[in-house]
Amino acid sequence: MAEPKNKYDRQLRIWGEQGQAALEKASICLLNCGPTGSETLKNLVLGGVGSITVIDGSKVEQGDLGNNFMVDVSCVGQSKAKCVCTFLQELNDAVKAKFIEEYPKALIDSNPSFFSQFTLVVATQLAEDSMVKLDKICREAKVLLIFARSYGLTGFVRISVKEHAVIESKPDHFLEDLRLNNPWPELERFAESIDLNVSDPVAHKHTPYVVILVKMAEEWAKAHGGALPSTRDEKKEFKELLKAGMVAMDEDNYTEATEASFKVFAPRGISTDLQKIIHDGCSEVESNSSDFWVMVAALKEFIANEGGGEVPLEGSIPDMTSSTELYVNLQKIYQEKAEVDFLAIQQRVKNILKRIGRDPDSISKAMIKSFCKNARKLKVCRYRLLEDEFNNPAVSELQKYLTDEEYGVAMGFYILLRAVDRFAANYNSFPGQFEGEMDEDISRLKTTVVGLLTDLGCNGATVTEDLISEMCRFGASELHAVAAFIGGIASQEVIKLITKQFVPMVGTFIFNGIDQRSQLLAL
Amino acid sequence: MADSTVQQSRSRDLDKLLLRPGNLVAPTFEPGVQLRDDLQEYARILVIGAGGLGCELLKDLALSGFKNLEVIDMDRIEVTNLNRQFLFRLEDVGKPKAEVAAKRVMERVSGVNIVPHFCRIEDKDIDFYKDFSIIALGLDSVEARSYINAVACGFLEYDSDDNPIEETVKPMVDGGTEGFKGHARVIMPGSTPCFECTIWLFPPQVKFPLCTLAETPRTAAHCIEYAHLIKWDEVHSGKTFDPDDPEHMKWVYTEAVKRAELFGIQGVTYSLTQGVVKNIIPAIASTNAIISAACTLETLKLASGCSKTLGNYLTYNGVEGLHIKVTEFVRDKDCLVCGPGVLIELDTSVTLQRFIDMLEEHPKLLLSKASVRHQATNLYMQSPPVLEEMTRSNLSLPLFELMGKVPKDIVHVTGTANKDDKKTSCLRKLRLVFKGVDAVTDMDMAVGA
Repeated sequence: MAEPKNKYDRQLRIWGEQGQAALEKASICLLNCGPTGSETLKNLVLGGVGSITVIDGSKVEQGDLGNNFMVDVSCVGQSKAKCVCTFLQELNDAVKAKFIEEYPKALIDSNPSFFSQFTLVVATQLAEDSMVKLDKICREAKVLLIFARSYGLTGFVRISVKEHAVIESKPDHFLEDLRLNNPWPELERFAESIDLNVSDPVAHKHTPYVVILVKMAEEWAKAHGGALPSTRDEKKEFKELLKAGMVAMDEDNYTEATEASFKVFAPRGISTDLQKIIHDGCSEVESNSSDFWVMVAALKEFIANEGGGEVPLEGSIPDMTSSTELYVNLQKIYQEKAEVDFLAIQQRVKNILKRIGRDPDSISKAMIKSFCKNARKLKVCRYRLLEDEFNNPAVSELQKYLTDEEYGVAMGFYILLRAVDRFAANYNSFPGQFEGEMDEDISRLKTTVVGLLTDLGCNGATVTEDLISEMCRFGASELHAVAAFIGGIASQEVIKLITKQFVPMVGTFIFNGIDQRSQLLAL
Repeated sequence: MADSTVQQSRSRDLDKLLLRPGNLVAPTFEPGVQLRDDLQEYARILVIGAGGLGCELLKDLALSGFKNLEVIDMDRIEVTNLNRQFLFRLEDVGKPKAEVAAKRVMERVSGVNIVPHFCRIEDKDIDFYKDFSIIALGLDSVEARSYINAVACGFLEYDSDDNPIEETVKPMVDGGTEGFKGHARVIMPGSTPCFECTIWLFPPQVKFPLCTLAETPRTAAHCIEYAHLIKWDEVHSGKTFDPDDPEHMKWVYTEAVKRAELFGIQGVTYSLTQGVVKNIIPAIASTNAIISAACTLETLKLASGCSKTLGNYLTYNGVEGLHIKVTEFVRDKDCLVCGPGVLIELDTSVTLQRFIDMLEEHPKLLLSKASVRHQATNLYMQSPPVLEEMTRSNLSLPLFELMGKVPKDIVHVTGTANKDDKKTSCLRKLRLVFKGVDAVTDMDMAVGA
């Protein structure tokens, strides 16, 4: 209840103390502090990251006053990095803020080892060649990297990290782990101890739906050679049986049981997403495997052995109509089973660690517990190196996107955002950057686009004239509202990467500021 | 002269969009210096709310070519605002949000003028809202959105063909966030759905049944709500619970802990107690930034025509990957708030009784047993009996007189509609025009011409 914690109350409710601690440990490096970079950092400084280092070699100009909130009129002529850093520091004195007056491109070329000191690098408004170089540097040094760029009414955000594994993915709607289709002996016994036909009407309408469904499913299985309802008619019949069990119209528990009956019909075992993870090459662990994959290896063994095809039980139940006593007892049964499953996984983790020559206690109990609780929700995100994406494009995907009604504009912008860098390398300015050369620039950009598409292996594909003209109209402008949007998206993804909670986006996010139909391209 | 060069270069990036012709723009777009200057001089934007979204909106608008802004908010700054409401500092806690926000943005962005209003939105005259080109909403409550929506739609007038009259359209841009999710939408009353047309997008908050709280608590939240809604009144007879009083909150927390222990329930914490009692919605800077930026961009497009407009509802979800979706919702043609209402022309001599009879025969309405309301007055109520008796004497009076002899106005009627042999109770908006009364206005216009 102390003041400094109070400040973060509204976000602690999202990512908790652990997420906050991860943020407070993180050191973030920003390359280029125009509005896109400044807005990204603003959101992170407010959230309380440990430290920021702002890198920019330019001086504040009049034009910057019109699009960047982190400079004011007194800053004109001074180091932009210094001014932005000062204003960012004002937002939160718990953050250590530093700046370096240097051009990112020069730093990338001359001092690649510089970046290894950071948790994460936010690289904004970089040209393609610098992005490719920085990408390799950060990949090598195992530093998280995110690119962000605003360009007129478009822009992009792209994460680059070899692998990001998430235990606490916290999905919005996820089926509770109740095992109504596969109850374990203790749950069966508990259900047996309760009489569904109890004569007391108060007791009847306070029997939790979990108990009702376990008992009804068992009864059904007995009459159907061990099988649960699977056809449409069988499911309907099962629901009729439930209805027949009601003694009064106002029995919420029976309504809940009917609504939850699909949980009885659901197939047993694990999801295809989880199948993929336990069969991933990384689950064959070695001495240098990450803790995550060690736990996945333990999970794989568990599923094949004591789990009987299921993951460790999550151990929590949703609220449901029930007497307090039955609910609390039911809660205990789920918790106890979860604890037993956790102990089994823990033992397997220890054995695996010993086998690969590591300290058997090197993965904390809390970590294993969290892993067990979230076993059904694990996520693994992988990102190609930019160089790989640029040199070995997925041609079929590119072509599919280009001609798709929903994705066409976003794909067009993806091509154009790359084309303008190629244009700049050839003509020393971006198309439409200066007045008076619009018509020439439009035709030059068109040629550049055709060349790029050919290089990508998409011969014959085109980007619409309208979009090419718009790109020239944008003239490399960095509009504040667009920068705030791109910066907002970038900071959101940074938070997910650092807290290791929720699922970061995979692919390239292309902002479409024309009609707001932005897209995520998997390339 | 020097001043104008400074201004030009300050508008370096925005000029590309406002001074150059484009292909994917609104039909009304007229690029040029004049457009830029008009935005600065004539466009007036009202920001409702100076919280997480409001702070961002003010900053974004001030850096998007607008110079005349106003902001209205009734709240004072709290410590828990500081993780996202970036215009506020620890030393500002307790000060009015609108005033501090306006001051901070004006200090940073020279040339912008922001007028703060530290009051409730209901405190302002309806005419206050009429003066703005666009209203940007940064709110967290359904009620406040409904109110502003009704005010803005109230300015809307329709011509005799039921088409909205352009000069009376007050555009709104609305944002909302919760955790990693949010929405941004554009409301053009009369052409895109208003807030009430799609009210179902905001499902009502789930409340626990009192018998669960009193008899069969199962979760920590049940124990907290028991202490908050039942025990408090039992113990503190007559004293109202104040969620902002830490002593009150601590009392609820302690009672909730006791109850949880009694029933063997786990999980009551002080933080959860606050969350449940105050219905706290988690909020972070990044989501607010994304949604406000989308709203600002749409505001700029509406005011300048420099690109296409969002049609009409954007949702952002960053929980699992990144999902941005644009949905084109459609208007509810019968919407009581933004719809035209059924046009009925009446002689000034028509009595209320005759009017009610007419509703039954009207082909678009077929409304029987109608009750009639004009503004806040019940002209005739079918029930309850007390009200029926009180309003019965109106039936024999001319409607024109009952409505204060205005040439035209809106009335709301409720009754039973007969459609396809089915009887349903319904509420209808009617536009009444009395024949021959607006002759005075016509004459004025003739003289003016």
